[in-house]
Amino acid sequence: MDPDLAVDPRLAPVQESFDGALRTHRRKLQDRKDTKDDGFMAVVYINDQPVDIGSERLNLIQAAQKAGVFIPHYCWHPALSVVASCRMCLVEVGEKKPDGTIAMQPRVVPACQTPAKDATVCLTNSEKAKNAQANTLESLLLNHPLDCPVCDKAGECKLQDFSYGFGHSTSRMVDPKNTPPNKPDIGERISLFTDRCIMCSRCVRFTREISGSAELMVSNRGHHSEIDIFPGEPVNNKLAGNVVDLCPVGALANKDFLYKQRVWFLKTQASVCAGCSTGCSIQVDHNKDVVHRIRPRENPLAQGQFICDEGRFDYAYVNGAERFDRPLSGQAFLPAGAAGQQEYLPLEPMTWENAIPAVRGELAKAAKENGAALAGVISPMLTVEEAFLFAKFIKGLSSDARLYLGWVPRVGKDEQFPQDRHGNPLGAVKFTIRAEKCPNRRGVEEVLKHFQGEVLGFDQMLTDAARLEALYLTAAYPPRLGAWLTDEQTQTLARIPLLVVQDLAPTPISERARFVLPAATFAEKDGCFVNHANLAQQLHRAVRPGAIGRTEGQIFLNLLDRRGLIQAKAVREELAREVPFFAALDGNLGEFGVKLS
Amino acid sequence: MPDFEPILLKRINAKADPGLDAYRADGGYRALTKTLGDMTPAQVVETVKASGLRGRGGAGFPCGLKWTFLPKEHPGPIYLCVNADESEPCTFNNRILMEHDPHQVLEGILLACYATRASVAYVYIRYEYGAAFRAMQKAIDELYANNLLGTNILGKDFSLDVYLHRGAGAYICGEETGLIESLEGKRGWPRIKPPFPAVEGAFRKPTVVNNIETLACVTHVIDRGADWLKTIGIPPDPKNPRDAGSYGPKLYCISGHVNHPCCVELPLGVTVRELVDKHGGGVWKGRKAKGCIPGGISMGLMTEAEFDTPLDFNGPGKVGCLGLGTAAVTVFDETTSIVDVLYNICRFFAHESCGQCTPCREGTGWMMKMMDRMRRGQGRQEDLDILDEVAKSIGIMPGTTICGLADGAGWPVKNAIAKFRPELETYIKGGQKTTMSLALAGVH
Repeated sequence: MDPDLAVDPRLAPVQESFDGALRTHRRKLQDRKDTKDDGFMAVVYINDQPVDIGSERLNLIQAAQKAGVFIPHYCWHPALSVVASCRMCLVEVGEKKPDGTIAMQPRVVPACQTPAKDATVCLTNSEKAKNAQANTLESLLLNHPLDCPVCDKAGECKLQDFSYGFGHSTSRMVDPKNTPPNKPDIGERISLFTDRCIMCSRCVRFTREISGSAELMVSNRGHHSEIDIFPGEPVNNKLAGNVVDLCPVGALANKDFLYKQRVWFLKTQASVCAGCSTGCSIQVDHNKDVVHRIRPRENPLAQGQFICDEGRFDYAYVNGAERFDRPLSGQAFLPAGAAGQQEYLPLEPMTWENAIPAVRGELAKAAKENGAALAGVISPMLTVEEAFLFAKFIKGLSSDARLYLGWVPRVGKDEQFPQDRHGNPLGAVKFTIRAEKCPNRRGVEEVLKHFQGEVLGFDQMLTDAARLEALYLTAAYPPRLGAWLTDEQTQTLARIPLLVVQDLAPTPISERARFVLPAATFAEKDGCFVNHANLAQQLHRAVRPGAIGRTEGQIFLNLLDRRGLIQAKAVREELAREVPFFAALDGNLGEFGVKLS
Repeated sequence: MPDFEPILLKRINAKADPGLDAYRADGGYRALTKTLGDMTPAQVVETVKASGLRGRGGAGFPCGLKWTFLPKEHPGPIYLCVNADESEPCTFNNRILMEHDPHQVLEGILLACYATRASVAYVYIRYEYGAAFRAMQKAIDELYANNLLGTNILGKDFSLDVYLHRGAGAYICGEETGLIESLEGKRGWPRIKPPFPAVEGAFRKPTVVNNIETLACVTHVIDRGADWLKTIGIPPDPKNPRDAGSYGPKLYCISGHVNHPCCVELPLGVTVRELVDKHGGGVWKGRKAKGCIPGGISMGLMTEAEFDTPLDFNGPGKVGCLGLGTAAVTVFDETTSIVDVLYNICRFFAHESCGQCTPCREGTGWMMKMMDRMRRGQGRQEDLDILDEVAKSIGIMPGTTICGLADGAGWPVKNAIAKFRPELETYIKGGQKTTMSLALAGVH
């Protein structure tokens, strides 16, 4: 688990907000646990179905989940405090007495607020509970505009889903609905469709409890209640995009995604964010090889429930038109009559059939002449599998060749949340955006250690550049990070006679390369990243890397003269066999990944 | 029954000086001196418990019992919150107590704090009560100057600070946890329970919330003893094991269509008819009454035929009302349209619902819209059934809301439909319209 997450994010809200009842319950559990060696087992009855919840601290929504029974809810969210205000999760509750009789409470209760205790009986499908749920839905729809045809959320809207599942088919209201004005400028990237809001207050609690910036509030009273911001203080915190995911209806919209795609056209692939070394689990929503949206994927081992806005919104480069989609070759020449400064011809496209043997041949030639003058730079943007293949390739050319860790981008300091508006920390850390803006430094370092016993940094490579004859430079940094080589460094590297650059898009150094090979982004490849805390997580290919593009893994495989298409799993198994550090990666890494040590 | 000798209103009726010296001259702070001298906090709690004093704020919860819910040997501070956010329409007894005899209330606060070991008392006064705020502040200043507040009161090991806090005009801040939230500077949204305030209340510390009138009664219970209180009012109904009895004097507010709107102190259990005819001077303009609101509008409606119901903690429930409430009787005469009454009530609750729980937020607004439409002559017969269903399904009693506001919003609607349905039906059928402006409906 992430050491910065002092409390498991899934348990934090439960711990904080169950207040007295849960604490008493927990104390009782503890007491009983202490007196019994075998541990105390609590059994809850959901619709007469017994569920053993062990000594877990759950509410009835979670306990019902264990029984495979879904209790509809809006305001409750596992990472946020319990307010029990939407009244969607109303159920009937009772207690099974030791003599087998059941005493039910006369009133319905919200399941989110009711701790699952031993012998609790919970009815989610009784006439009373169903009626209460249907009444709540009717209430929620009284002032809801029902503009699903033009709503971005349609298709993944909880109000739609629950209305179908638990609601009435008609509304009895004939009076005009309230029509509060929309607030398109509630945030730089967030828009509020005020009339669609069901006042679950998840967004308000998120800004208060997770981001800490507390921009959102509820204004007005009664059926005129609205989500609002303080004048001139829009929701622009670095986690703001999460309120859109939290919104169970279409009230809060992501302006970046607004009106772009109907969600039922989207396909979803589990992946890992390449934005920083936290390595958040994400979902990549794509259609026809275009990435349309990035959303967080819950992972208690990595980041918890959320992602930052950098990771969420910085994906445009994946779909960028300026990217390399085929290998290129370059040529340097000395202009006639001029002294010294060499110039470059425009890069010429090559076919893969020509490019692979050419690159392999030239590098092999250089290695043969002077192995120690050949170097490879492994970017921390590469997956572990790719780094492994690349290292194998370079070291295969000459055991004297050197491998360096690519440039490790760092921007500012680690940012921890919740933090107040002045950046001061507020309580236990619930989310961290790391300064190290690459996903796989740890993985590449371990590969380097395996192949040459030490990790040589990028600065070391720049120092050594003067005596290099051939350099294979991998990069693939997202354009957000800007120019990563100074002009001086570019000049230094450009002097190397055989320079192979592998990058996403043209840069000054690629203009001066002998060969340019296209690189792929996180959305286009399979493999795994190892985050700052040695958690190896699997990413899956969502889109294809251009019409004739190949991923780095495929290119390295071809350079190694192995046949076929890249199979990340096969490479990973090979890696696990050969490198002890990665031994645990043998097989599937599962939803949450595998912790390496 | 011989005329009842007022106790709480004794000095007020005599137009006595509200200052400290005059209050002391009339025997004030005798109870405090006695208590600090030779009673332990536990004994004070026991006395109040034995007296059967029930909270005067509306719910009628036994006061002494509430105090016993506080954790024993709590290491941190305990707070007393005094609910002076008297926002139930037609209720004005706390205001009279605070404006004209603040020391009687403050003595009760001191005694309650001694009993509960509270070190700070916050008096949450509704914003509209400026005069009450000033009178209380003046009295508090006098107490500090005379070592009756502050550290080591009267030289004993008892310290207390009292702070006045003015609300900002929200009905919901009279709900005990809404009050606590508001006191903490937050939006007045009632909290989910548990934890109850006695375990975790203001600033997450054990807290007791008591009404002004309850605390005024505490003063006299300690002064005159637990048995004295039991000589006034009505003993428990032996047929109802859950009835804790209705002991003590109660300030009844009489308003609406009566000749002499007033606040009178009478033993619990007086009937509405006695209040209206004897103390309110009868219905105005020689008309007959159509009905009344027995204890603040959230308690429901009573018809004229039910006026013989005794107003104790048990009585109104027998005729379908929610309870005694604040015992503020508002009479409406025979010319009043029940549609206007209901509309006005619904408008109030739609305006005052805090908006936290869906059923109340949307239900109160819906009921208001329906009543508005009905009032404009576009009502439908089925609206009555919808109103009745909504009224019955919202609230803490069916379990669909966090606090009791929605019960209060639903009760008068439910009562009106049960008790005045023919009139409502006639109104709808006849296509009647009310052209009276909203503002005028509001002053009914």
